[in-house]
Amino acid sequence: MDTALIASLFVLLLATFVGFEVINKVPPTLHTPLMSGANAISGITVIGAVLIAGAGNETTTIVLGTIAVALATVNVVGGFLVTDRMLQMFKK
Amino acid sequence: PTGIQLSYLLAVALFILGLKKLGSPATARGGNTLAAVGMLIAVVATLLDLRVIDYQFVLAGIAIGSAIGVVIARTVAMTAMPQMVAFLNGLGGAASALVAVGEFWRLLGNGEPIAIGTSVVVLFGTFIGTVTLTGSFIAMGKLQGFITGKPVRFPLQQPFNVLLVVGFLICSGFLIADVQVRAVFLGAIAIAAVLGALFALPIGGGDMPVVISLLNSLSGVAASAAGFVVDNNMLIVAGALVGASGLILTEIMCKGMNRTLTSVLFGAFGGGAGAGAG
Repeated sequence: MDTALIASLFVLLLATFVGFEVINKVPPTLHTPLMSGANAISGITVIGAVLIAGAGNETTTIVLGTIAVALATVNVVGGFLVTDRMLQMFKK
Repeated sequence: PTGIQLSYLLAVALFILGLKKLGSPATARGGNTLAAVGMLIAVVATLLDLRVIDYQFVLAGIAIGSAIGVVIARTVAMTAMPQMVAFLNGLGGAASALVAVGEFWRLLGNGEPIAIGTSVVVLFGTFIGTVTLTGSFIAMGKLQGFITGKPVRFPLQQPFNVLLVVGFLICSGFLIADVQVRAVFLGAIAIAAVLGALFALPIGGGDMPVVISLLNSLSGVAASAAGFVVDNNMLIVAGALVGASGLILTEIMCKGMNRTLTSVLFGAFGGGAGAGAG
């Protein structure tokens, strides 16, 4: 296997452990906002979509990529805004 | 390219900080904002990537997605938040699957031989992304009342699921051996779609938040897989973060209900096969 792939696997492993450790003792009222915020972060797939929509010379790839960009952007924008709306209620 | 990688590094740091702050009431809102800033940085950096040569479709997609995202986030009722999260999560899963499928099509179009490793991550990403899509939409339907909130079961459900998984693996083996068959690939996607729906259907409405949390974790895994497909570490890291933290949150939610994850997912079969048949 090439070194770039190995490096990516190291990065994957370390990020997974960070993910395990970063969450602990979350009060129940924050379960849904936390889930929603994490869900918005998973919309990061938008950058993968941008890479294939912008670089493809294959028409199918451009079409699928553009749809993916739109869907992932809804996930990101909607996700962060909805999370913020939920968290506004925590203001004293 | 160095600038792009450094921007990704900053974005990753903001994601980790944001997630951490989201876990406590006093800092949660700021944490969400930090994560959003990280996302903005990551997207802008990607737009500057040399691989992106054609901007019109990309920008159109971003504009349309943003408009829809703003409108639905503003109009959804506060009581409908869990199903909203499920809906958005489904879209994210769909996007990850589309990235894997789109890249696969591009490689097929190039006519060059596709490395086995690439086929494997494409199939994995497509599978997880598609399961996330249909599973999340069923979960949303159950919470919104489009589908009955009661567990939906039918005879021989588990053997049928196993059969579907075997079917997917056969399609995968076929594609890895001879990648030029688009129809088999589409068949594999269809199987994944059915599996995702059948995963969520037997689970009762009350347990849906746990299911959505698990599907959220899966959408992170799907994003990570998409990162391997397009060879992008930012995507791999952020996806893994969500995959792992989502799993922990799922466990915390189960504990809060005094349940185990297995009893939520397979509670319908808790009495064993004999009770199910009786």
